[in-house]
Amino acid sequence: MNIVVLVKQVPDTWAERKLSDSDKTLDRESVDAVINELDEYAVEEGLRLKEAHGGEVTVLTMGPARAAETIRKALSMGADKAIHVTDDALHGSDAIQTATALAKALGTVEWDLVIAGSESTDARMSVLPALLSELLGVPQLSRARRVTVEGSTVRIERQTDAGYDVVEGSVPAVLSVVEKINEPRYPSFKGIMQAKSKPVTTLSAADLGLTDVGLGSAYTRVEEFTQRPPREAGQVVKDEGDGGVKIAEYLASNKLV
Amino acid sequence: MLVEHAGGEVKKVSLELLTAARVLGEPAAVVLGAPGVAAPLKDKLAEYGATTVYVGESDDVDGYVAAPKAEVLAALVGGVAPAAVLVAATAESREVAARVAVRTGSGLVTDAVGLAADGTATQNVFGGATVVRSRVTRGIPVIALRPNSVDATPSPVAAEERVVDVSISDAARGAKIVERVAEQKSSRPELTEASVVVSGGRGLGGGENFAVVERLADTLGAAVGASRAATDAGWYPHTSQVGQTGVTVSPQLYIAVGISGAIQHRAGMQTSKTIVAINKDPEAPIFEIADFGVVGDLFTVVPQLTEELARRKG
Ligand SMILES: Cc1cc2nc3c(=O)[nH]c(=O)nc-3n(C[C@H](O)[C@H](O)[C@H](O)COP(=O)(O)OP(=O)(O)OC[C@H]3O[C@@H](n4cnc5c(N)ncnc54)[C@H](O)[C@@H]3O)c2cc1C
Ligand SMILES: Nc1ncnc2c1ncn2[C@@H]1O[C@H](COP(=O)(O)O)[C@@H](O)[C@H]1O
Repeated sequence: MNIVVLVKQVPDTWAERKLSDSDKTLDRESVDAVINELDEYAVEEGLRLKEAHGGEVTVLTMGPARAAETIRKALSMGADKAIHVTDDALHGSDAIQTATALAKALGTVEWDLVIAGSESTDARMSVLPALLSELLGVPQLSRARRVTVEGSTVRIERQTDAGYDVVEGSVPAVLSVVEKINEPRYPSFKGIMQAKSKPVTTLSAADLGLTDVGLGSAYTRVEEFTQRPPREAGQVVKDEGDGGVKIAEYLASNKLV
Repeated sequence: MLVEHAGGEVKKVSLELLTAARVLGEPAAVVLGAPGVAAPLKDKLAEYGATTVYVGESDDVDGYVAAPKAEVLAALVGGVAPAAVLVAATAESREVAARVAVRTGSGLVTDAVGLAADGTATQNVFGGATVVRSRVTRGIPVIALRPNSVDATPSPVAAEERVVDVSISDAARGAKIVERVAEQKSSRPELTEASVVVSGGRGLGGGENFAVVERLADTLGAAVGASRAATDAGWYPHTSQVGQTGVTVSPQLYIAVGISGAIQHRAGMQTSKTIVAINKDPEAPIFEIADFGVVGDLFTVVPQLTEELARRKG
């Protein structure tokens, strides 16, 4: 089973994230960048499925040059090769443009299963797997907390608001995972060394035949943004035997009860 | 707007959606589901301003993940060319919205907290630190609105019912739902819709101790949430998990009991209007975002709070 895992580089969630004043896109330059946490779970699931069923794991990302760090991380966990879609022209792409570019890039490899995280910590849209499924015309097996593969059938437990649904589809398919699915491995020293020599293919917008790209032709536009002062710590009191009463007084004086 | 419903009732978020839609024009409600679902919902939808109720009933619409609903909705949108398509920002509806956007060549905005008459949507991003106003520049705006961001107000009209075509393609039958498993039913309000949420974490030390949290919740008419530490330990159902990979809540009041306030937990609750925290560790990061915090043992503070609230209620 050949698998492509989608990984995204995101600003560290502990860092202060902001939009740039010039073009109102996420300022990716000025902050520490890390692999989107949930995408590590996607990589792990890809590796486990490969270990059980054979095949190859390819990592695919779209992002600026420094997203190569994120590719390296996934390769050091054990993925076989990578595709990096990168082009200044892609800067400012919205969800639909990103999905369109990734769908095109998926056309350059053989795959049975695409695995994504269920949400990125910066955009938090949780739509990319659905967008890809629609664009590719393959089943959407999203929000999986458990995956089993038998022949060409993939069965998942899809996390829902009420519990979970058992959902079935056949490959090729798009899968997305929630963090309950596994415990991602740490890269070994050997893995880190090997990652350096694994093949990474770089593709530009032109290589993918993409024309309608980037901020200028996005489907959505940020008209304006305002920075809210960070949520400030309020009053913190030590319990002197009347902590509960103090909270009740606070709630009452703020008309919350 | 796409109606969220369960057990023969319209969910509160759909009434919020209808209210928000009224700034753009005359809202039409779309009810999709198994045969018979629409009838008990119609009066409520009309009460909140739905001039048309489109009804698409079939087992197929409900039997597969997202795609059939998107197909039916996209076909309808193609026919009536509305000012916007609104859905609730729930796990499945945002996926439906994504597919509708692709099918209709439209832009997509998720997690909107407000809509303006000019069609722009307001979003809180980066955990509420930045407020963004976005416009869809291509196609028909497809917007997923967060529960609890608009006050639902009635505006009664007479609703006209129209049946929509629910024939779906084979491609939309890719992900078949073979079984639905409900993990918990409670008489408390639903987490995403509640105006007060009380959540418990590892500090509770065991599932049986959630009773402390539940008693406070019931005194406040609140929903009960939990941190991942608590759901992972099996102390509370995972459907109650608040945070990055659980649900995002934005109530008037959020009370965190024995929760440290890890970044992944905050991601799901830091846009709450008021945050109260009870934790024995004065260094717990939850205090950095709490409006009011008590450093103390939850097993004495919370019961005292519950008792005091009950006393005040009389
Ligand atoms: C990919 C990923 C996704 C995640 N998603 C989520 C998510 O959606 N939601 C989520 O919540 N977490 C999530 N997490 C986990 C998160 O990082 C934290 O581990 C988790 O939130 C901790 O839960 P907690 O605050 O209950 O436990 P702890 O961090 O252990 O905190 C317990 C707190 O209770 C206090 N305490 C103990 N005893 C008492 C007492 N008697 N009285 C008062 N206070 C007491 C302690 O001082 C401590 O601060 C995720 C992690 C990862 C890696
Ligand atoms: N630029 C990107 N490159 C590769 N994968 C991505 C990209 N953006 C999002 N993804 C994938 O889509 C998932 C959901 O992202 P989102 O819809 O943005 O919340 C992530 O967990 C990634 O697996």
